[in-house]
Amino acid sequence: MSPRAALLHATLLALLVAGCGGNKQASEPTHVVLVTHDSFAVSKPVKAAFERQTGLKLRILETGDAGIALNRALLTKGNPEGDVFFGLDNNLLSRALDEGLFEPYAPKALAAVPDRYELDPEHRVVPIDHGEVCLNTDKGWFAERGIEPPGSIDDLTDARYRGLLVVESPATSTPGLAFLLATVARYGEPRWKDFWRKLRANDVLVVDGWEQAYTVQFSGAGGSTGKRPIVVSYASSPPAEVIFAGKALEEAPTAVVADSCFRQVELAGILRGAKNESGARKLIDFLLSEAFQADVPMQMFVFPVRDGVELPDAFRKFAVVPGRPLELDPERIGANRDRWVREWTSVVLR
Amino acid sequence: MDIGRAALRRLWLPAAVAAPAAFLALFFAYPLAAIVARGLTQGGSLSVPRSALVGEETLRILWFTTWQAALSTALTLAAGLPLAWVVGRFDFRGRSLVLAGVLVPFVLPTLVVAAAFSSLLPDRLDHSVWAILLAHAFFNVAVVVRVVGGYWAELGSAIPDAAAVLGAGRLRRLREVTLPLLAPALAAAASLTFLFCFTSFGVILVLGGPRAATLETEIYNQAARLFDLRTAAALSLLQLTAVAAIVLVTGRLEGRLVGRQRASRPGALRRPAGKQWVAVGAVLVLSVAALGLPVGSLVVRSLSTADGIGFDYYLALGRETSVLLVTPLQAALNSLLFAAAATALALVVGGLLAVALARRRPSWLDGLVLLPLGASAVMLGFGFVIAFDEPPLDLRASVVLVPIVQALVAAPFVVRILAPALRAVEARLRDAAAVLGASPHRVWREIDLPLALRAAGVAAGFAFAVALGEFGATVFVAQADRPTLPVAIFRFLGRPGVQNQGVAAVLAVVLALLTIAAAVVSERGGVRRSVRPSAL
Repeated sequence: MSPRAALLHATLLALLVAGCGGNKQASEPTHVVLVTHDSFAVSKPVKAAFERQTGLKLRILETGDAGIALNRALLTKGNPEGDVFFGLDNNLLSRALDEGLFEPYAPKALAAVPDRYELDPEHRVVPIDHGEVCLNTDKGWFAERGIEPPGSIDDLTDARYRGLLVVESPATSTPGLAFLLATVARYGEPRWKDFWRKLRANDVLVVDGWEQAYTVQFSGAGGSTGKRPIVVSYASSPPAEVIFAGKALEEAPTAVVADSCFRQVELAGILRGAKNESGARKLIDFLLSEAFQADVPMQMFVFPVRDGVELPDAFRKFAVVPGRPLELDPERIGANRDRWVREWTSVVLR
Repeated sequence: MDIGRAALRRLWLPAAVAAPAAFLALFFAYPLAAIVARGLTQGGSLSVPRSALVGEETLRILWFTTWQAALSTALTLAAGLPLAWVVGRFDFRGRSLVLAGVLVPFVLPTLVVAAAFSSLLPDRLDHSVWAILLAHAFFNVAVVVRVVGGYWAELGSAIPDAAAVLGAGRLRRLREVTLPLLAPALAAAASLTFLFCFTSFGVILVLGGPRAATLETEIYNQAARLFDLRTAAALSLLQLTAVAAIVLVTGRLEGRLVGRQRASRPGALRRPAGKQWVAVGAVLVLSVAALGLPVGSLVVRSLSTADGIGFDYYLALGRETSVLLVTPLQAALNSLLFAAAATALALVVGGLLAVALARRRPSWLDGLVLLPLGASAVMLGFGFVIAFDEPPLDLRASVVLVPIVQALVAAPFVVRILAPALRAVEARLRDAAAVLGASPHRVWREIDLPLALRAAGVAAGFAFAVALGEFGATVFVAQADRPTLPVAIFRFLGRPGVQNQGVAAVLAVVLALLTIAAAVVSERGGVRRSVRPSAL
C-alpha cells in the first residue's frame, strides 16, 4: 500500500469509528473543554505543552464577561458547555456553590498554594490567580500641580480631591463591586454609607463599566483625553501601561494607592456533568502547574496563586502586590451583596 | 394555462413563505420563548411577576425609554432633513458616496462609536440626556436621509414647480405642498428611528451613565448582572409587546407611503443652480463634519502612536497578542467570511419573504419582519445556549450560529429593500405587457429580472454591512478562536495600555472602511434611479 493509500484507509477507518462511536461516546475522549470568560488568555507554547503531555486537545470556550460566563454556566447546569469552568471570583462564589455547579477535586498542587487563597474547604473550586482592585492615580497630573496623591481610601473625601475620582457602578461592573466591598471592609456597616455620601458630595463620577472609567474618563491611561486623575482599576494596570506603551518607559505613568486594594481570587472547578472528567482533572492540574502559573501575569494581568513562581520584570518593577489587601468573607458577600448594591444605588445615584 | 402550472403557482407561494418562516421560528421565536419560559417558570408553573411589569421602577424605566426615544426621533428628523433635501432634490458629484457614508454610523457597533463620541462631548453634556439624544441622532440620521431623501427623489419636483408657477411663495409651497407630499416618508422614517432608539443599548450604557436605564439595558442588567432571569423575562415580554406595537404602526404608515409612490413619476434630480449651491454646500459641509467627527477621531487615534503620527498600530494587526487567541487580522478575515455567509442566508430568507410580501399591498406584515431587531440580544443569546443544547441540534459549540444570528439581524433589511422594488417590478410587468404586446415572460426576463437583481445587489451590500457590524448577539455565539471584528474591538478596548486602545481604533477604522466599500458597491449596483430603493 502506498503511503497515500494508507493515509486514506486510516482516515476512512477513523471516520467509521467516529461514526459508530457517536452515540456510545468513544471510551477515550480526545479533547477537553475549558469554559471561561473573555479575559482568559494562555500563550501558545504553554497550551501546546499541555496538549503534548496529556494527548488531549484543549478547546477554549469564552462565553462572555465574568458575570455572563457564570450565568451561562448556571443556565446549562447538568448539561454543561464544557468540562472545566475558570473565572469565578470570590464575589460571585457563593452563588455558584449554592447552585451545586461543581464536582469536588483537590489537586496535589494545592500544597504549593497559600491557605489565604483557598476559599472552599470542600475543594469544589480551587484558586488559580489573584488580582487586586485598587485605586490608580495619574502620576503626571499630581506632579504638575504639586498636589500629593491620595494615600488611602479615607483621603478621597478630602476637599483637595474634589471632582477627581471616577468609579464604576457596582451594579454593572466587577471592579466597581470590588471597590464597594473594599469600602464595606474598610468602614463596616453602616458607616460605609456615610463614606459614600461624602464621596458623592465630593463630586465622584460614576460610570457603567471599566472601559468608560479607565480608558475614557481617567487622565492617566495611555492616549486618553480623560480629565479625572483617580480611578478604580487593578494593581496590574501600571505594568500594563508600561508593557503596552508602544515604547520603552523608565517608569509607569500611573501608580497604585496601596492601602485601597481589595483582593479578588479567581477560581476554577470541574463542571458537574462534564463529558471528560478525567481530562477535567488534568486540566485543573495544568492550571495550577508552574508553567501555567508563570504564564498568568503577562497573559491575563493577574498574579499567580502558587508560591515561588517568578514574576516577569515589568511586574517586579512596576506592580505593587499589596501586603494586606482588604478582604471580606465570601459567604458574607453572598448573603449581603444584593442589599449592599441596592443601598449603594440609593445613596449614590438617587 | 394548464392545470399543472396553476397548481404549481398555488403551491409555490406557501413554500416561499414556509422556508423563511421556519428559519425565524427555529432561530428567533424558539430560543426566545425557551429563555422567557425558563425565566418565568417557578415550581413547575408559568407565572409573570406583577411587580416586574407594573412596579414603580419598571414604569419609570418604560417612561424614560419612551420619551428619550420620542425626543431622539425629533432631533434625528431635524438633523437629517437638510441632508435628505440635498440628496432628494439634487444631483452632484459624490452623491452616492454621501448616501453610502451616512450608513457608517448606522452600522458601526454603538459601543465603539459611543466611546469616541463621549471623548468629543463637552464635560457638561457627558452623561446627560443630551448626550443620548445627540448620539441617537448621529446613529440614525441614515434612516431619515435614505428613507425621506429616496422618497423625495422619486417624488420629483413637478408638483411644487406647478405650485410655484401658480404663484405660491416658497414657505407656502413647503407648508402646503412639499411637506404633505413627504408626510408618509417622514412618518415611516420617524417610526423606524423611534424603534431603534426605543431598543437602544450601547448608547445608553456608555453615554447615559449609571442613572439612565431603558428597557433594553435593564433586561441586560437583570439577566447578566443581577442574575434575575425572572424579572428579565418579564421585561422582555414587555419590550416585545411594545416593539410589536411600534412595528405594526410602522408597517401601516409605510403602506400609505408606497401606495402614493406608485402614482408619481420618477423625478429627475437637478444639479443645484445659483444660490442653491450655497445651501447645498452648507448642508453638505455641516452634515459631513457632524457625522465625520466621531469617525475622524477614531482615525486620528489609530494613527497617534507613542512617537507621533505613524502606522505602528496598523502594522500590529498581523501580530499575536494576549488579548485574542488569534491575530487581529485574522479577526478581520473571520468577519468577512461570516458576513458573506450571513449575507447569503439573509438574501435567501429575506428574499423569499420579500417575494411573498410583494404579492400583496404593503401592510402591517411588512412591519412585522422588523420584530427580530427589537428583541433583547442578551436574552436571545441565553436562549441559544439553552435551546440548542441537545442532539440533533447541539449548536452551542458550532460556528454556524454566528452567520445565523447575523442573518437574523440583516434579513429584515433585505425584506425592506427588496419588497418595494419587487412591487414596482410587478406593476411594470403588467403595464408593459399590456401596452407593447410583448410576452410577459420576455418582459420579465429582459427588464424586470435585471431590475430585481439590482435591488438584490443593494440589499446584499446592506446586509453585508449590517452583518459586519453586528455585535450584541454575535458576542454571545462567537468562538474564542474565531472572533469577529466588533468582538475583537471590544476585547482590545477592554485592556489598559495605549497600544491596545490604538489597535482597537485601527480595527474600528477597518470596519468603517469595509462598511463604506460594501455600501458604495451596492449603491453602484442600484445605479438606475428608478429602482433605487427608497427604504433602508
